[in-house]
Amino acid sequence: MSCCDKKGPKDACCETQTQPKGFMDTAESRREFIWDAVKNFTFGAMTLTAIPLFIEKADAEEVHTGKDGKEVKGHTVLFGYLVDTTKCIGCGGCMLACKKENDVPDGQFRTWVERYVYYKDGSVHVDVNTKGTFAFTELPPLDAKEVDKAFFVPKLCNHCVDTPCIQVCPVGASYKTKEGVVLVDYEQCIGCAYCVQACPFGTRFINTKTQTADKCTWCYHRIEHGEKPACVDVCPTGTRTFGDINDPESEISKALATNRIDVLKSYLGTRPKTRYIGLTAEVV
Amino acid sequence: MMPHAGEFIFPNDMNGVAWTVMIVLYPYITGLVAGAFVVAALYHVFGRKELAPVARFALAMSFSFCAFATLPLLLHLHQPQRAFFIMFMPNFTSAMAGFGFIYSFYLTLLAVEILLVFRSDIVEMAQGKGVRSLLYKVLSLGVLRETAKSKQIDAKWIHALSIVGIPGACILHGYVGFIFGGIKANPWWSTALMPVIFLSSAIVSGIAMLIVLYVLFSKLRGVRVDDECLRSMMKTLWLFLILAVTLESLELLNMAYEEGAEWHMLSRLVTEKLRFSFLYVQLIIGSSIPFVLLLIGWMKKTSPRIRVTLGTISGLLVLVQVLAMRFNVVIGGQMLSKSFRGFVDYIPEWQGREGILVAMGVFTLPFILLAAVSQILPVWKIDAHDH
Ligand code: SF4
Ligand code: SF4
Repeated sequence: MSCCDKKGPKDACCETQTQPKGFMDTAESRREFIWDAVKNFTFGAMTLTAIPLFIEKADAEEVHTGKDGKEVKGHTVLFGYLVDTTKCIGCGGCMLACKKENDVPDGQFRTWVERYVYYKDGSVHVDVNTKGTFAFTELPPLDAKEVDKAFFVPKLCNHCVDTPCIQVCPVGASYKTKEGVVLVDYEQCIGCAYCVQACPFGTRFINTKTQTADKCTWCYHRIEHGEKPACVDVCPTGTRTFGDINDPESEISKALATNRIDVLKSYLGTRPKTRYIGLTAEVV
Repeated sequence: MMPHAGEFIFPNDMNGVAWTVMIVLYPYITGLVAGAFVVAALYHVFGRKELAPVARFALAMSFSFCAFATLPLLLHLHQPQRAFFIMFMPNFTSAMAGFGFIYSFYLTLLAVEILLVFRSDIVEMAQGKGVRSLLYKVLSLGVLRETAKSKQIDAKWIHALSIVGIPGACILHGYVGFIFGGIKANPWWSTALMPVIFLSSAIVSGIAMLIVLYVLFSKLRGVRVDDECLRSMMKTLWLFLILAVTLESLELLNMAYEEGAEWHMLSRLVTEKLRFSFLYVQLIIGSSIPFVLLLIGWMKKTSPRIRVTLGTISGLLVLVQVLAMRFNVVIGGQMLSKSFRGFVDYIPEWQGREGILVAMGVFTLPFILLAAVSQILPVWKIDAHDH
């Protein structure tokens, strides 16, 4: 089902996006490119040097827009999210902001912040403040003498490229917008919770208020107007970056290009678009 | 994996499991449907004539359980009024989307086969006057005449439907297994063996239920249990029990031997969280004991009286085993938090839409329907012309 058939928050999904030059995004432009390349070949070998580049771009494009991406000239906006765990101080402001922005029921979470503690005896302890209080006041304080290292890891929906949650939804209520945002159509969801089972990251839940599946939307109602998700806006340390990963000039693209990037549970092949800096093997 | 102090589950898991006892009941009921049908098919298709005394009843049982197979699902849905979306706007990449179609197909098949098997009796009873005959007139679908030729055609159809019904039963239930087996996020579920495990345990539960009900109804009707029929069912049950338990154990053995990334949690799941329901109930009480009892029971030397006792006890134990197996898969799988650092607590709820009381109520409904069907149709009559 194409995103354009959907009810719900989709207004921006089929619009032609403005785009920077030089971005190969559609089959048509690819064909044009190949044709140009063939013509130019006779003029010099210069063009050939671009072919590897072209192949790289084509791959990247497929990763980004999926099979049913509408053909538009130039580049399509594709949203991504980057969490730099090395910056997170675990204040929990993002959790509060998310709760307020999205009316998330008590005891349920569209985003949360885990604390990983590595003790000198080799054990790893993980905990999370679920009380909805500001800062990690609820977590037991650590004794620096016992601890090797400790850090925080914010979690949220990964808006995966290959989404098990969309795959299993029996009625197509879980869907992806053209910008790569994974959403739930609350008018269509039958509340079977199959997607809750299928998401490997524990990000989905049956909302106790709406009785439908729910999860992080990257604040779709904000980002479609060019705003940032509430958690990104509120984060005091710049841990969370959000933006268009198809735009090489965006802050997130630059950060992705210059850092060592990881994703959660990469072995499951869901290809998350929420990416991380500073993960360790213990973070799942 | 490093040792770790303390447990950690993802915060959304703290509210307990998303699939409750209703989702345990759903595969249990569809399993009984598939199992009972297989017994009927053994008679109609594979010429196991000794099963004639239960052939009609098996169909009635299959139908009665099938009629209520969707009820637990409906009770589980958080938006039950949208249940039909699953048929009107199915998303076929979902393992669940085919359910409405497969289920409707199977229920129709069962209903048609029953009407054909009981046709002669229905036509006969529709002849009189009064309210009762009116019911049979409806069941006869208005065709109140039977000829030798029509009987022949009916017999052909019964045969054909039984043949189609076998893969149908396999699909109906293998499919239920795939709903779990296709979830890569959950290492306790994600295995290609899951459909086969579900199917074999379905057949096991169906035969076991049939044995128990056959003995019970025979006692109620004051008739003797047909020894050859019972012996044949016990033998078949024994065989399928071996198959089912082998597959279930193979799956576990494989996980244990491979010692994959999640084994440290899976092993704890089996030995701590599911210690009672898996190790004790599913493997020992529900599998090993019936294995021995059935073996003694189906031997020719065993006296018919003892056979009845052994058959009933092992039938009941096997029914508990399969229920435990459904629980261990459905609830057990969800106890494993996807953080793989801790377990989700399962606190069974008694009251409420998805509570144990409602589940028990739902589970009595097929029996009530079956009792009604056996009042309306001669389910215990032995057909001579079926073959
Ligand atoms: S993180 Fe879970 S809910 Fe989000 S897109 Fe991936 S599989 Fe779906
Ligand atoms: S709970 Fe809703 S969104 Fe999730 S699989 Fe079921 S119908 Fe789809």
